[in-house]
Amino acid sequence: MLQIKDLHVSVQGKEILTGLNLEVNAGEVHAIMGPNGTGKSTLASVIAGNENYEVTKGEIIYNSKNLLELSIEDRAREGVFLGFQYPVEIPGVSMTNFMRTALDEIREYRGEKPLSAAQFLKYMKQKKALVEMQDKLNNRSVNEGFSGGEKKKNEIFQMAMLEPKLAILDETDSGLDIDALRIVANGVTKLKSPENATIVITHYQRLLDYIVPDFVHVMYEGRIVKTGDKSLALELEEKGYDWIKDELKA
Amino acid sequence: MTDNPKEIALELKDKLLQRFESVLPHFESDESDFFVNKRKKAIEAFKEVGFPSTKNESWRKTDLKPFLLKDYSFSFTENNNNQIPSAYKCNINQFDTDLFTMVNGKWVNGSDGVTTYDNGTVVASLSTAKIAFPEIFEKHFGQCVVNERNGLIALNSAFYEEGYFIYVPDNVSHNTNLQMVNIIETNQNILTNTRNIVVLGKNARLKLVHCDDSVDNQYSFINNVTEICLDNGANLDFYKLQNKDDEAVVLTNTFVRQDSDSNFTSNTVVLNGGLIRNDTYVNLNGGGANADVIGLYLMDNKQIVDNHVFIAHNVSNCTSNQLFKGIVDNEARAIFNGHTLVKQDAQQTLALQNNNNIQLTNISKIDTHPFLEIYADDVKCSHGATVGQLDMEAMFYLMQRGICERNAKMLLMVAFVGQIINKIKLPNLQKSVDELVRKRLKGELSSCEQCSIQCAEPDKPLHFDIDMSKV
Repeated sequence: MLQIKDLHVSVQGKEILTGLNLEVNAGEVHAIMGPNGTGKSTLASVIAGNENYEVTKGEIIYNSKNLLELSIEDRAREGVFLGFQYPVEIPGVSMTNFMRTALDEIREYRGEKPLSAAQFLKYMKQKKALVEMQDKLNNRSVNEGFSGGEKKKNEIFQMAMLEPKLAILDETDSGLDIDALRIVANGVTKLKSPENATIVITHYQRLLDYIVPDFVHVMYEGRIVKTGDKSLALELEEKGYDWIKDELKA
Repeated sequence: MTDNPKEIALELKDKLLQRFESVLPHFESDESDFFVNKRKKAIEAFKEVGFPSTKNESWRKTDLKPFLLKDYSFSFTENNNNQIPSAYKCNINQFDTDLFTMVNGKWVNGSDGVTTYDNGTVVASLSTAKIAFPEIFEKHFGQCVVNERNGLIALNSAFYEEGYFIYVPDNVSHNTNLQMVNIIETNQNILTNTRNIVVLGKNARLKLVHCDDSVDNQYSFINNVTEICLDNGANLDFYKLQNKDDEAVVLTNTFVRQDSDSNFTSNTVVLNGGLIRNDTYVNLNGGGANADVIGLYLMDNKQIVDNHVFIAHNVSNCTSNQLFKGIVDNEARAIFNGHTLVKQDAQQTLALQNNNNIQLTNISKIDTHPFLEIYADDVKCSHGATVGQLDMEAMFYLMQRGICERNAKMLLMVAFVGQIINKIKLPNLQKSVDELVRKRLKGELSSCEQCSIQCAEPDKPLHFDIDMSKV
């Protein structure tokens, strides 16, 4: 589904990603871990199409398409979803308007008819239940005044609404209490299918108790330096990153 | 004619002064000395001060001069066979107003120009009201105007002929909304001086919609003065929609005098126009009075919009709120000048001022000047202004969910102006303005071909691909 080859990315002349390789297939869950400032969020932003980053070398192939040539919105319509680390507040744009607009445009892109208002509301209600989100959020502005937990739940709710093929969750677990973490993780797990893939960026093994990864990657200095199965996450939790740094030096 | 701008500007002033001499006999034969003397006094003031220039502090940012160079014709006292342009015969059922129309500064409704409702409310042309209701008229005419040293007001006071006169008696809650439409449709470059008077008695209530429209791309110059007197406990909602073509100049001076516990809400939506300047002067003269002066402007090309608001808290326990928001595109300019004066004894004043702008290009220009002048010590006042671009982070967020750039911009711009539109208390007007604004923001509305409220085909529901607000 996703092949990233020798990806080099700079922001304001500073190279953040330094030759990253990653392959993700349908049905897989990948966890990306690593110390702060190693380029995890940059990777997520570049896949989503954030124009603040400049790809200087390498390629990203997504379902046989050159992802870097697609616009931000077309990537989303092709099924790329980014769960933001810091979801932005958008005063004056209601959740309902936002989701209706997004869903309409995605359906149009796929050649599907827009849902009627009634169908849409029913669909939205279903998806809200998945993340135990309250009805009153409908008429509230996007993320405005939401608590940290509500914002993250809202990201998973949007993911449920848009049914992406490739979801990248950027530190979705940060700032969540135990209950919210469980709800968010359960939501992600329920959305998992053999047709879609998930990349989870996290600092903590805790999340991976709920969202069990097929692969765990360690990023350091702009590339993936170690890949293992879920036991690697446990090892990192226990020993930190220094042993990997030492391995690299050796 | 001469090519020297200064001389032409002078020429317009001279032409007006000459014109006054020629129409004076007409005024003298039709009017009592009371009015004629006021006109004479006003023309003297105009002769002395002339049109405002950038040397005047309050006109420093808005140069009227280029607009004075056109060869305007004056319609004073000429016979008038004006019809409402066919395009304006619109279906007003949806909007539920009683519609009164002026074309090129002349009244077209009814032969006698006066409508009296069962509850005693009167809507009349100014010229009729002067004769039919001399007592109320003379009591209020010119009473709210506080700035005779302003050349435009002096010009208006010398030449005014028509306008509307609205009177709502004490304790009458007028239950039909009144809509006054002022259309310019002529093949001449017309200059008009319209004068409106709105008087609400004690505890009277009214919702009034004022529309300025034009249909031709002819130069036009509207110099309007509106006087509003609100007695104790009166309540006026005053909506102003201005949708003019790019060659139009609209200058309005609105004076509001408020007694105790009265409430004045004005919401001015400027969609289009060459130069639109709205000066609003509010005097809060009785405790418990409240004034909300809010507005919205969406300008592009080389359009200029200038909102000046002056609110005087003359006594204690009054509240006021100024809020203007605007989106400025291309080379357009927006000026906001808010001035709140809190006099020495005006304790317990609550006064807010805010102006927020979105600049879509770096060649557009915004001048904002919120200003508080406070002489009392027990008051709550705040002022603020912002000028910014669309939030790029929010744009990325919306687009990451599959929304195209155009619609993402629309969502953010509609959200930005929504704060003003949501304050419109007439549901159908709110809906229409919302639709007009969306149309305007999509670039589909340069100059409305119909009156502001009913666009192109009233029967056909307007479709916007992102309008799902009613879900």
